[in-house]
Amino acid sequence: MTRPIPILLILIAIAFPLSLLAGRVWLDFGVTPNAAIILAELRLPRSVLALIIGAGLGAAGSAMQGYLRNPLADPGLFGIAPMAALGAVASFWFGYSASAWLLPLFALIGAGAGMALLALIAGRTGGIALFTLAGLMIASLAGTLTSLAISMAPNAFAMSEIVTWLMGALTDRSWREIWIAAPLTLAGIACLLMTGRGLDALTLGDAAARSLGMRPGILQAWLIAGVGLTVGSGVAVAGIVGFVGLIVPHLVRPFTDRRPSQLILPSALAGALLVLAADSVVRILPLVTELRLGIALSLIGAPFFLLLLLRMRRGLL
Amino acid sequence: MTQLTAIGLTIGKRLRDVDVEIEPGHITAICGPNGAGKSTLLTALAGLLVPDSGQVGIDGTDIAAMHPRTRAQRIGYLPQDGEAAWDVAVRSLVALGRMPHGDDGAEAVEKALAALDLVPLATRPISKLSGGEKARALLARVLAGEPEWLLADEPLAALDIGHQLTLLRHLRQVADGGAGVVLVLHDLSLAMNHADHVVVLDQGKLIASGSPEAALSETVIANVWGVATKWIGEAGGRALIIQ
Repeated sequence: MTRPIPILLILIAIAFPLSLLAGRVWLDFGVTPNAAIILAELRLPRSVLALIIGAGLGAAGSAMQGYLRNPLADPGLFGIAPMAALGAVASFWFGYSASAWLLPLFALIGAGAGMALLALIAGRTGGIALFTLAGLMIASLAGTLTSLAISMAPNAFAMSEIVTWLMGALTDRSWREIWIAAPLTLAGIACLLMTGRGLDALTLGDAAARSLGMRPGILQAWLIAGVGLTVGSGVAVAGIVGFVGLIVPHLVRPFTDRRPSQLILPSALAGALLVLAADSVVRILPLVTELRLGIALSLIGAPFFLLLLLRMRRGLL
Repeated sequence: MTQLTAIGLTIGKRLRDVDVEIEPGHITAICGPNGAGKSTLLTALAGLLVPDSGQVGIDGTDIAAMHPRTRAQRIGYLPQDGEAAWDVAVRSLVALGRMPHGDDGAEAVEKALAALDLVPLATRPISKLSGGEKARALLARVLAGEPEWLLADEPLAALDIGHQLTLLRHLRQVADGGAGVVLVLHDLSLAMNHADHVVVLDQGKLIASGSPEAALSETVIANVWGVATKWIGEAGGRALIIQ
């Protein structure tokens, strides 16, 4: 059985310095003016943030798939990302987005509200079906309110700001975003790691898992906290970056023994690697304006999703 | 002597005031027509359903008051459609049975694999198993937890007659080892020939409880299933003839 963690760590160790050099201008310390400043203030925070966000989304995706016993599950299903986005959109709407702290704060409040709603609706019984439906309802409500906010934007500039921000990107991020996202994401991944044994038990179905001593309410609480913190903080600093949580567990699963608990950490590392690589690619693509990271990942993710569906139909998963 | 008992168990309209006593070292079969409440009773005995009234206890201790982990160490439960969501290897699947003990219990896992002749298949992914092998692997998962009580919901339903007898032989070994085995069984001949004790339910009520000969008498079968039947053959090899 191949152990994916050391391999992923080595790949990140190779990709990370390359991503620091990659961009519209390839950094050459001998030639590029202000290379040290570009590196320290632009490239380094951007790459570190890519690792953090990718790790959170990858870990959240693997835990979600384990919880719902479904390889097509994605962190977006629980409605936390749309709620975080709604929070951020509210900050644009009320004109608070100019403050560097208020936008992520609003997004985190949105994510927190999403987590609280989920816990309130589904938390009492710990049932998976009710939980999923509650998540879908919250996602739908948040999506609708976001559309409402866009359609009623106070001016064209705000509307454009909202739409662009929703596409997700790591452009022009600073160390401030890292200080916001890093501790929350790490705490979130720690919460998700706490779900490992419960998710393993769920491999056998809800009843068998409970007969093994799995406590549905406690598992759900760790999961809500974990997905909320990772996805919420990711959206707060980078907007909606989709498909990472869906794709990554699939790429990693064949290299593990397929138990959900064994997938969380490798998925975090693979998610970090994927977002780092994707963000480096969007930087070097020769386009007039930089391709948004969220769009780039969706362009990769949508066909991947289709491929998964086709493979599932043939029973190859 | 340790006993798993249900006293005055009522769960909605599915079970009404049911009393049963499960003995260790025996195979107890729960029989009844569709919708009789068999699976409900088994799930309640496993501590996975909260009764509206009455209680399930081990030696008089209410299992609802036990910590889920303690309960899981003592009672092993095998649901009817035990499909695994992920294509794990047989050994990983069986090792899940150690979860209530919080250890990897390598020795217990190997013992369970050996007991069900699964050692040659231990590294095989479960998607590559036949129906009979999968049923054995799922049972081995419960055995790995070394429970005092093993409750299985129609473990023989999807198996051909050869695999049914193999699994029953394994379950007899478990009972001989001192555990109390409770099976929901549809096939009355299997219950008659392989159980030590039979509980018959109908529309949520306890109709009969006793030796297979008494609980599955032709009169009980006529009253509960509405079919006129006749048992033929000797003890241990009886067959049910529909008249």
